Amino acid sequence: MAKQQIFNQEIIHPDNLVYKKTGLLTEKALSYCPGCGHGTAHRLVMEVIEEMGIQSETVGVAPVGCSVLAYEFMDIDMQQAAHGRAPALATAIKRLMPEKFVFTYQGDGDLAAIGTAETLHACNRGENITIIFVNNGIYGMTGGQMAPTTLPGMRASTCPYGRDVEIMGNPLKINELIAQLPGVYFATRQAVHKPANVRRTKKALRMAFENQKLGKGVSFVEIVSNCNSGWKMTATDANVWMEENMFPFYPLGDIKVDGEMIKK
Amino acid sequence: MGELRLMKGNEAIAEAAIRAGADGYFGYPITPQSEILEYLMQEKPYETTGMVVLQAESEVASINMVYGGASCGKKVLTSSSSPGLSLMTEGLSYLAGAELPCLIVNVVRGGPGLGTIQPSQSDYFQATKGGGHGDYRMVVLAPSSVQEMADFVELGFDLAFKYCNPSLILTDGLIGQMMEKVMLKDQKPRRTMEELIKECPWATTGKTADRERNIITSLNLQSTIQEEHVMKLKAKYDKMESEEVRFERISCDDAEYIFVAYGSSARICQKAVDLGRAKGLKLGLLRPITLFPFPKGELKKLSKQVKGFLSVEMSLGQMVEDVQLAVGCEQKVKHYGRVGGMIHSPDQVLEAMETLIIGG
Repeated sequence: MAKQQIFNQEIIHPDNLVYKKTGLLTEKALSYCPGCGHGTAHRLVMEVIEEMGIQSETVGVAPVGCSVLAYEFMDIDMQQAAHGRAPALATAIKRLMPEKFVFTYQGDGDLAAIGTAETLHACNRGENITIIFVNNGIYGMTGGQMAPTTLPGMRASTCPYGRDVEIMGNPLKINELIAQLPGVYFATRQAVHKPANVRRTKKALRMAFENQKLGKGVSFVEIVSNCNSGWKMTATDANVWMEENMFPFYPLGDIKVDGEMIKK
Repeated sequence: MGELRLMKGNEAIAEAAIRAGADGYFGYPITPQSEILEYLMQEKPYETTGMVVLQAESEVASINMVYGGASCGKKVLTSSSSPGLSLMTEGLSYLAGAELPCLIVNVVRGGPGLGTIQPSQSDYFQATKGGGHGDYRMVVLAPSSVQEMADFVELGFDLAFKYCNPSLILTDGLIGQMMEKVMLKDQKPRRTMEELIKECPWATTGKTADRERNIITSLNLQSTIQEEHVMKLKAKYDKMESEEVRFERISCDDAEYIFVAYGSSARICQKAVDLGRAKGLKLGLLRPITLFPFPKGELKKLSKQVKGFLSVEMSLGQMVEDVQLAVGCEQKVKHYGRVGGMIHSPDQVLEAMETLIIGG
């Protein structure tokens, strides 16, 4: 009976259509685990590009990690970078074709561990690019190893007894770090697990691309997301765990807007 | 037309890059090649031809900036010296895997490790046998004069775009630092975006309505597809071997004994040939200009005529393995060379020929 209520055939007709997939996502089925935030993040990036009408002027850079195949889902010209090097690629693309919109889409291992130097220096040079950073506190693709952003005490396959900060060091709040640099114009931290957060993230992404249009320097949009497979939880439990554990350590909200740090 | 100038080898590379219509240079300082970046920063081609010049935070970043630029079909290059090239090899493998045209310059210094800043030829294996991971090759050009430093920039770019593959100029601190006269070509205009798209329809220049999206990647998770891809790369390398072999024969026609040497060592051996001939020894020099593809056929041909080969390299003996492979067991093949930044003299080279080959 429940199924009938959800799929009430009488109300399914074009007049009632209130939502459709953006034309800039390809027909390829996403390779992400059910419940993962990457799909929503992909959709929002593509919606912003579609709404700004800049498909033909945009070049994206995919990382190594879960989103290594981002180019399969995004209907724009894309390059796939070596692990951590996306900001170096983006630097060259933007400098050689300043009229194009250039963004990187990276995870925490890619951006904040192996690619820290490229991230920091692209930000410090104030490259006029958009960096989209999906932080789920774990290496998802390789099977749940400790990431630079893994929380203290949090378990991963390479810290099976929980992250011991005495031995493994503290998690890296790279957003707060790069926000200090003059080259960074906009730094924000958002989420995509609830409709209100989805709306705020989309607004942030739009602002990031608008900043690029105005030549303002780096816009850095972090999306704290879940990894229910890596965290070994159901998708709903992972979202609750994320709110209770990730958000206190990685608080949501703007860190730097229009080149000014937001006072807390 | 052109312009005659007295220049350092490193400066000649930089000036030739501007004149070849390069779109971008990305590099990191390291001795003995920092003059390339310094010269470009001094010349400010971004104000004249529009060529981008950027000092990166590392060689790792430099080569990945080259990857980003090459993926847009742009004519981009980087340069470094041995330890820096080691850092770039990951990027070289990706560039070859993704079939991207670009130019890399290695002004070799003595290794291993931090080694020395003096000239050496000990990166031959790294340059010609791959260096990075996976099955790949690059056209490797070995200039032996400042003139060739300049000329091989355009040649390197042409071959890179012909094969959609990185080209490497393998030189050393001696040729990088020494000054010679050089005839520079006239300024070539940089390609317009329309010309670029016509030449490189695969480039990520923004997906327009008239085509599918362009993707630059070296990833194929399906092994059957990756095997096809690697076999396609092999066909390119085979084509290089049949079409791009370049070498110079010096006094080889009547020679009984042959030096095989490239770059600086070829210059030194050329003098040794003269010294030997003055003593009545019939010496010759075969100078490989391309180290990959290697002039195997020419060596095989010469092996029917001569009595022995001495491979002279500033290394423990790397190219000598390719000479041995080409010549086979029919002739004597030996190696001689100073290492660690030391440079052999023409007398030492001649003596090595006399003791190891002629009297050996």
